[in-house]
Amino acid sequence: MSRFIPNRAEHFEKMFRAIGVEGISDLLQSIPLKYQLKEDLDLPDPVSELELQREFEGYAGRNTGADKICFLGAGAYDHFIPAAVDHVLLRSEFYTAYTPYQAEVSQGTLQAVFEYQSMIARLTGMEAANASMYDGASAAAEACLMAMRVTRKQRILIAGSLNPRWADVVRTYLKRDDFEINEIPFLEDGTLDLSIAAKLIEGGTAAILVQYPSYFGLIEDLQPIADLIHEHKGLLIVAADPVALPLLRSPGDAGADIVVGEGQSMGIPMSYGGPYIGFMAARKKLARKMPGRIIGRTSDRADQVGYVLTLQTREQHIRREKATSNICSNQALMALANTVYLSLMGESGFREVSNQCFQKSHYLHQKLLEIPGVSSVFTDTPFFREFAVSFPVSSLEIHDGLMEEGILAGLPIVELGEGVMLITVTEKRTKEEMDLYVKSVSEICRGGGR
Amino acid sequence: MKTIFEMSSPGRIGSSLPILDVPASASIPANLSRNGEVGLPEVTEGQVMRHFVNLSTMNYHVDKGMYPLGSCTMKYNPKHFENLARLPGLSGIHPLVPEDMAAGTLSIMYKLEEFFCEITGFEGASLQPAAGAQGEFCGLMLIKSYLESIGEKHRNEVLMPDSAHGTNPATSTLADCVIIGVKSNEFGEVDPDDLREKAGPNTAAFMLTNPNTLGLFESRIEELTSIVHEAGGLNYMDGANMNALLGVARPGDMGFDVCHLNLHKTFATPHGGGGPGAGPVACTAELAQFFPDPVVIQNEDGSYSLSKKQNSFGRLLAFYGNTGVLYKAFAYIRTLGAAGLREVTENALINANYLKARLEEYFDIPFNNGPCMHEFVLSGDRQAEKGVKTLDMAKRLLDYGFHAPTVYFPLIVHEAMMIEPTETEGLEDLDAFAEAMISISKEVEEKPYLVTDAPVNTPVLRLNEVQAVKELCIVEPPDEEEQ
Repeated sequence: MSRFIPNRAEHFEKMFRAIGVEGISDLLQSIPLKYQLKEDLDLPDPVSELELQREFEGYAGRNTGADKICFLGAGAYDHFIPAAVDHVLLRSEFYTAYTPYQAEVSQGTLQAVFEYQSMIARLTGMEAANASMYDGASAAAEACLMAMRVTRKQRILIAGSLNPRWADVVRTYLKRDDFEINEIPFLEDGTLDLSIAAKLIEGGTAAILVQYPSYFGLIEDLQPIADLIHEHKGLLIVAADPVALPLLRSPGDAGADIVVGEGQSMGIPMSYGGPYIGFMAARKKLARKMPGRIIGRTSDRADQVGYVLTLQTREQHIRREKATSNICSNQALMALANTVYLSLMGESGFREVSNQCFQKSHYLHQKLLEIPGVSSVFTDTPFFREFAVSFPVSSLEIHDGLMEEGILAGLPIVELGEGVMLITVTEKRTKEEMDLYVKSVSEICRGGGR
Repeated sequence: MKTIFEMSSPGRIGSSLPILDVPASASIPANLSRNGEVGLPEVTEGQVMRHFVNLSTMNYHVDKGMYPLGSCTMKYNPKHFENLARLPGLSGIHPLVPEDMAAGTLSIMYKLEEFFCEITGFEGASLQPAAGAQGEFCGLMLIKSYLESIGEKHRNEVLMPDSAHGTNPATSTLADCVIIGVKSNEFGEVDPDDLREKAGPNTAAFMLTNPNTLGLFESRIEELTSIVHEAGGLNYMDGANMNALLGVARPGDMGFDVCHLNLHKTFATPHGGGGPGAGPVACTAELAQFFPDPVVIQNEDGSYSLSKKQNSFGRLLAFYGNTGVLYKAFAYIRTLGAAGLREVTENALINANYLKARLEEYFDIPFNNGPCMHEFVLSGDRQAEKGVKTLDMAKRLLDYGFHAPTVYFPLIVHEAMMIEPTETEGLEDLDAFAEAMISISKEVEEKPYLVTDAPVNTPVLRLNEVQAVKELCIVEPPDEEEQ
């Protein structure tokens, strides 16, 4: 019997007697005999804790990408995480708790997520936020569905400069004959072609979904996009990078109606893609239309302040087929990670993270452009943390060359050209690492050419 | 308790970064710059720890005591697995590294897919869905894609019993399907005659939780799944109750075409106060050809790659899945092996039946015609006659140091209390819980106010949910000086 099961033969004897059966086979009698497995499942032999530790260290060792100098981004980012974050996450009180349906014994989770909602609202410049979605991409998809419910229109315009994996998720969630998704192309400078958007928008559009900064790191003025969609009685959904927001005009200030995003950058490890967290914020008047759980402040019978899951009549366990979403489990522990991270970094610290990402990415960008043959893909458009450059050799050549220095160079974007690479610089990257990057690229470009 | 915002004082910091080592020469154009501060708190690391540790002490949790939540399978979460998922080689890897540089993770995922196929009796598994509800959506999208591929796109009806989890109808709506309810019979099982009547040329799928939400195995399962197949539809099993079947029976053998698993229930990954979970989907080869992008494949040389199925219906998350959760489920299966998994189910069944036996004298148990599976449903009807509702008894349990059962679900039982002890509780724990329930049933008779006033031993008293909705306050209002 495994170390997780306390009962033994002496207990079983007493329990079977109480139940009034002879043994386990009597408890299985409702399963038709033909479906009862006669043999053990075909699984590898069990291992002890020590053996499993060794086995996992073997797997971890084969992930050779984990200890490289990371200039990869495109939706997942190598940011610094203060040690205290994990100390809080590893409190049994948080991570082994269930969804806070019994509010009186869940005030810890409830207040922490209330604080999370508050931080997300403040970052995005909105008045309301929910308790989390699965990830940024699925939050964007849910925001589109929400906009269609609110406006009763069935067309969404998505920015051509939206992360292509996010666009795939949006298309999947909206895959219905009566829904229409159109893409707004981007101009040579990477900003959206609003003259085409103005044509696509005609005849009833629920929302425009735009990424801020874009997939290519570009900071686009949201105001004209907001004006355009509002003129047509639709909503602006902004998929915002939270790390950029201490520096950038908040989406709320620029006219967004719903703001979603990926929270992995705020205290959550990259962990090969998950678990991450999608956030969702909205205008106050849209709060009751949001999907997912929402924590609200209230008081108890003695008038003490307390917190509960609120507006539950929107949710699947009450409203069933008329719910605003099917989401049940969300990413609560990741919301806690975001809250602890933002508390530790604080107003000045998070702004400094943002600023260092900004300054360092510009440093590397500038140094790369000094190499003959290297050019910026989207000239003159401001960018944050991430940028696309075109090398005179193939991006794969750059990738492989830099790998020899232990550097993950970035993400090749062949759609924009054979030599195009999307490069990310977080606050963790040092001048020394960037100088090594530049030196290696110049050597490859000098030695290679086309 | 004070919020973290109320602890803020200008100039305090909780973390520090290296000094910027490049010139700060770039600037953001004024029209794109933020106007004013964000409004994040300014606190020290010590204050942050004290705040969240104090908050944590107001939570009930599995490491503190029993969590008899029906259909939620709140079992013990092994500590070692938390460490394994945090190994730097596993937690520190970017999802877009070249596949040969993530060989360790991909080999775990490939093997985990195989484990789930074996456990469920299916031919393919996708690990992408982030939770059970997303697994359901994945499953219905697989079914719809398949039906479209055989020229049956018009099928848009999803049959489900009246005892279904709320996610089932909500997911069906998301998948653009129409819900057709199927009645339960006097034994608490799906009524085959009603199913036969409702299955037809528009049936896309039959969604069934098995064992069902009364904790009963659908004994006529062969008949049920055959009815749907004969009508041209497919069978979806909601795997929320898979803890009753590990190593004992497999959905793939019973006529189901697809099922999801809740790793945060059956496979011991922690609930995290509401998530993250993972809701992998296992299915037949016919359906697996439509899996979401990406899946892990093994190449001829034994290496692993990510690949997109040619007929994939799309993508559910930006990246591969809730990998950090999947690591822990893999560790659980490696730790238990085949015999260990079967012991999980056997002990879950024994524990549930023992508790049922101890409580049946004191509470009504509808549909009590024999042993239950891993959970059972009491009715508070007898106590309601005395003016004490199930909600009151649930709150009173908190005073006794237990978490409450799932209440008011399934909807087909009045004043329902759905109890699932799981296999990780010992006889002593079960007895203590039974004593608490029996004591409450006596309080209902003798001192009902103790129950209706409950809870009184908790960090806060009963909270006003109506006020929360009416005076909606879901974020801390901004500080005065910032307005």
